[in-house]
Amino acid sequence: MIIPHPLLGPRDSSEFVYLGDASLIDRPDWQAENAAEAFYDYAYLRGNPAGEHHELWYHEGGDRSWLVVTRNTVTHEISKVELARDVARAQGRSK
Amino acid sequence: MHDLAAITALGGSEPRVDTVADVTCTEVPDVALASVTARSSQETKAQKALTKLIGVTTPDIGRFAGDPVSAFWTGPDQWMVEAPFETHEDLAQQVKDAVGGTASVTEQTDAWTRFDLNGARVLAVLELLCPLNARKMAEGDAARAAIHHLGCFVLCHSPDAFSVYGPRSSAGSLHHTITTAMKAAL
Amino acid sequence: MTQANRLSGGLVDRNSTLSFRFDNRNYTAHPGDTLASALLANDVRLIGRSFKYHRPRGVLTAGSEEPNGIVELRTGNRQEPNTRATTAEVYEGLDARSQNRWPSLKFDALAINDRFSNFLTAGFYYKTFMWPAAFWEKLYEPIIRKAAGLGSLSMEDDPDEYDKGFRHCDLLIIGAGPAGLMAALTAGRAGSEVILADEDFALGGRLNSESFSLGDDSASDWAAATVAELSALPNVRLMPRTTVIGAFDHGIYGAVERTGDHVAALPAGKPRQILWRIYTKRALLCAGATERPIAFENNDRPGIMLASAMRTYANRFATTAAQRVAIFTNNDDGHRTAIDLRAKGVKIAAVIDVRDDAPINYDFEVLKGAQVVDTKGRLGLTFVEVALADGSRRVLECGALGVSGGWNPNVHLTCHHRGRPVWNDDLAAFVPGGDLPPGMTVAGAANGTLSTHGALLSGAEGAAKALGLKCALPDVPEAEDAAINQTPFWYVKGCARAWLDQQNDVTVKDVKLSHQEGFRSVEHLKRYTTLGMATDQGKTSNMGGLAIMAEMAGKSIPETGTTIFRPPYTPVPIATFGGRMKGQDFHPTRLTPSHYWAKERGAVFIEVGNWLRAQWFPLPGETHWRESVDREVRQTRASVGVCDCTTLGKIDVQGTDAAAFLNKVYCNGFAKLAVGKTRYGLMLREDGIAMDDGTAARLAEDHFVVTTTTANAVNVYRHMEFVRQCLFPDMDVQLISTTEAWAQYAVAGPNSRKLLQKIVDPEFDISNDAFPFMGCGNITVCGGLRARLFRISFSGELAFEIAVPSRYGDALMRRLMRDGEEFDVVPYGTEALGVMRIEKGHAAGNELNGTTTALNLGMGRMVSKKKDSIGSTLSEREGLNEPDALMMVGIKPVNADDKVTAGAHLMDASGPVDAQHDQGYVTSAAFSPSLDCHIGLAFLKNGGARQGERMRLVSPLTEENVEVEIVSAHFVDPEGERLRA
Repeated sequence: MIIPHPLLGPRDSSEFVYLGDASLIDRPDWQAENAAEAFYDYAYLRGNPAGEHHELWYHEGGDRSWLVVTRNTVTHEISKVELARDVARAQGRSK
Repeated sequence: MHDLAAITALGGSEPRVDTVADVTCTEVPDVALASVTARSSQETKAQKALTKLIGVTTPDIGRFAGDPVSAFWTGPDQWMVEAPFETHEDLAQQVKDAVGGTASVTEQTDAWTRFDLNGARVLAVLELLCPLNARKMAEGDAARAAIHHLGCFVLCHSPDAFSVYGPRSSAGSLHHTITTAMKAAL
Repeated sequence: MTQANRLSGGLVDRNSTLSFRFDNRNYTAHPGDTLASALLANDVRLIGRSFKYHRPRGVLTAGSEEPNGIVELRTGNRQEPNTRATTAEVYEGLDARSQNRWPSLKFDALAINDRFSNFLTAGFYYKTFMWPAAFWEKLYEPIIRKAAGLGSLSMEDDPDEYDKGFRHCDLLIIGAGPAGLMAALTAGRAGSEVILADEDFALGGRLNSESFSLGDDSASDWAAATVAELSALPNVRLMPRTTVIGAFDHGIYGAVERTGDHVAALPAGKPRQILWRIYTKRALLCAGATERPIAFENNDRPGIMLASAMRTYANRFATTAAQRVAIFTNNDDGHRTAIDLRAKGVKIAAVIDVRDDAPINYDFEVLKGAQVVDTKGRLGLTFVEVALADGSRRVLECGALGVSGGWNPNVHLTCHHRGRPVWNDDLAAFVPGGDLPPGMTVAGAANGTLSTHGALLSGAEGAAKALGLKCALPDVPEAEDAAINQTPFWYVKGCARAWLDQQNDVTVKDVKLSHQEGFRSVEHLKRYTTLGMATDQGKTSNMGGLAIMAEMAGKSIPETGTTIFRPPYTPVPIATFGGRMKGQDFHPTRLTPSHYWAKERGAVFIEVGNWLRAQWFPLPGETHWRESVDREVRQTRASVGVCDCTTLGKIDVQGTDAAAFLNKVYCNGFAKLAVGKTRYGLMLREDGIAMDDGTAARLAEDHFVVTTTTANAVNVYRHMEFVRQCLFPDMDVQLISTTEAWAQYAVAGPNSRKLLQKIVDPEFDISNDAFPFMGCGNITVCGGLRARLFRISFSGELAFEIAVPSRYGDALMRRLMRDGEEFDVVPYGTEALGVMRIEKGHAAGNELNGTTTALNLGMGRMVSKKKDSIGSTLSEREGLNEPDALMMVGIKPVNADDKVTAGAHLMDASGPVDAQHDQGYVTSAAFSPSLDCHIGLAFLKNGGARQGERMRLVSPLTEENVEVEIVSAHFVDPEGERLRA
């Protein structure tokens, strides 16, 4: 596969390491009342769609950016690639 | 002046030179390296300081620039600064002095080994080594590439002159891979 | 030997003669011959025996679709089985052998199978060898394998080299026939980056096989002139002998270039084959079409081949399978073969055409509305029996029969993303469907455009369209533009032993039988009969099987379905996929800065990940590794030892939020760590399991150097980047690996400070007061070399780790040895390192094994509840905090001579020994020179409260059963006085 890196352009997927569902960005608040359940969901529950999927890829053989790749798991079509950092910020994550 | 003798990444006292047909692979130990990463919200200041240090505008994504102190882009707001080892063994300190609190600086001199590939048919060697489209690389282009599973940087000086930076501890494997490809391709 | 069947003309180089061997007989050939063409020229039709029935077989085709002409090439360790004679180039000294026969090709003992063919029908193995199951491995399988072997392996290592490479282009053109050449000309002249790949050694495709002309040139001359023009264009790369084997995601194609299969001996260092990964913007498939046979009784005799192949052998290779031939066809193209062969002086017995309205020819007899109903000839064709239109029979004498059943576009690569070909009634064939791999277009015969003129035009237009070229297209030369005239005809009614798939010996009868037995889906038909499942993927057989199945079911062919193809297009040797990744080159090797010195010292090395580390340093006279290791431990604990610990991962963590960041990744706190101090840190996974441990040294308020274990260096760095970028994107923290940059040595033992004081420059005070336990700092050594010093201890002794830039590591090690002579300094390896850490009760990889928590490791209280860190919340889960949770303990044998082994399990002193009564297990064990007995570290249920208990250490597998005592894991210096000395 070829992943169109937002900074570096098209790069061979062999340069990347796959982690999984981009929902891993949504780490729960440790002080929330339901923190135990929320962390359980966060650590163990994943969607497994046949179709569009947001997933985390790490450009280990490149600039070491974590990316959120929107990929169709059936056709492998990649419709969107963003820096995970930007996605995290957009979701309100900070320090 | 300390009295410890350095060895090259390939373990010799002198750099190794290998020639196959019209391509030469030269081990280059006389280079000092330091990484520079801008601190949060200091990106502009850090770039300015770096520009001053290398004498030209900080290189953009996938580029390198500067002489004798030069830099190549390695990641978002991150560069690797190169300089002659003879005159800049303490490069990290010099860079730190230049960027102050605007960037984090880390000595990288001996984290890497460098091989220079020169010759008319060097592209034929590179296409056996890595997925880069080296035919389309121009002077001043720098790219990360995996060579024999090793994360390397490939710098293009001209269509027949490239530098390859690879992890120092694997210098022997990288050298073997490069010279094997030279024998296969040339 | 003379080449009795060599004709005039052709593209072989008659000025040069090559000699080669087949089945231990010498023959001659010319450069440009394939093994198949050379054998035919030498009047050899019998080339092999069939897979199942051991029927005599010759070649069916003249290309890579060949199911039959499968041979073994070369000898000794270069022997290669299952090679197609139709694509193997003859070179001087080539040694080839038929396969799947014993004792000889002409008399094959297993041909007896043919007599029992009534029993060996479809599903025979499924039905016969069902039970008892145990017989499979011992009896059935060895017998079947012996009988059904397709060639044999040399059982020696392949001495040849194989490469992998990477190429990029705007347009990859697959196939260099009329469409491909015209496409390359169009794209090449427009300046695009073009790769033109063809599996053949001669570019031109069918242009090299035909007698017609293109404009004023012969077809082959036009091809040669076009290739010459293309090879002069710098933006066009021609890749002959290169098979594009697969279409992968996002425009990536795999291709195998056979750089050395056609030469007797490769120059040193040159690869035999290269597996190319070709990155394309667009691809144009110009793979042509494959002629399909017609099934009739005994249609597999040597001498029976595709009519187009016969034409290729005559026009390109100047050879014929026999001097008198017949043609069996359902279309006009079959007649062209007869015309071409006759022009070369071959006698035409007759053209047998199933059509009542077949064209007539005054040069040879055309039997209209006739069909071949049987053939004769034990080891090669002698007669064909024809049913004429009026129902009478006629026997024709001929040594070869050309069969033409129409053409199938080569849609193989269009299916690699599960694209389904669609039926075309005009061609009576499947053509590429709409769901092609993205970026691929198809031109020429592969797209169903079968005339030469059509192929040329569609190649030019296809390239222009694919690349969006606006320029004028090159002139297309005048060429043959015949319409297709055929009557679909798949098999002769009433035939039974009529072969569809000659490689897997599948007959018309088998297909009918499978239908009768209820296998109605094409996929089931394939698997039950094995039709199309041989190495040729049924290129010449799938259509016939499908047509018969459709007829049986009373459906049309498209209603019945089609099977699709998968990579590779043709078989690829495993060695080619392996490339250079074998033996020592399987992965890169990492050498420590003291490697060359250690090698001089005669160290024994061990692979740790990619690293080579010194395991121990034997001295002359030491005969057992334990002697060396025990000595290294004793000497270190008595005085001072040095160990290269460069391999530990080192990550530079800087930024104003560096401490806050470490607070997130480590379960224990780092915010309050003073500058100049080091702290042990335990990293958890989010699920609460321990991930890694190490130390973090605070060199400045905003600067830490973190160490990881050797094995986890890459993973921890990746994890830290994840935490930084994805979880806390606004933290001001920067990370970079410095593992390789510093040579780092542990200097351990009561005299370690004294030794270091000789090395560290005098302005740096490293006394216990000035540089206490867990201190760290930047120093200089040996007269001004920048260095780092950490007072940390893995061994439990007074110890330091000293780091200098890697290039000076060799010299520093030598200096430590020289300056340490007065202290009897000893270098120690990873074994002594392991023994000392077990003696000290330090957890390592064996204990951080992916199942253990901080609590298990005895560090439960380290997990700070006052802050958020990765894994802290889930580490509190009930199940991880049971009262009888595993806890790390030490174990000692009650009888000092007994051995304890890692992996053994702890059981109560009495009671049953089974999994239900398991109390824990040993993770690390060693002989302790300090205690003079074996010791171990173990995880034991409720281990914290069981010190002094006697238990049994058992391993039912090795019948180990040792009485042990549960003790503290800190065998040596439990109070930690030594490391604070």
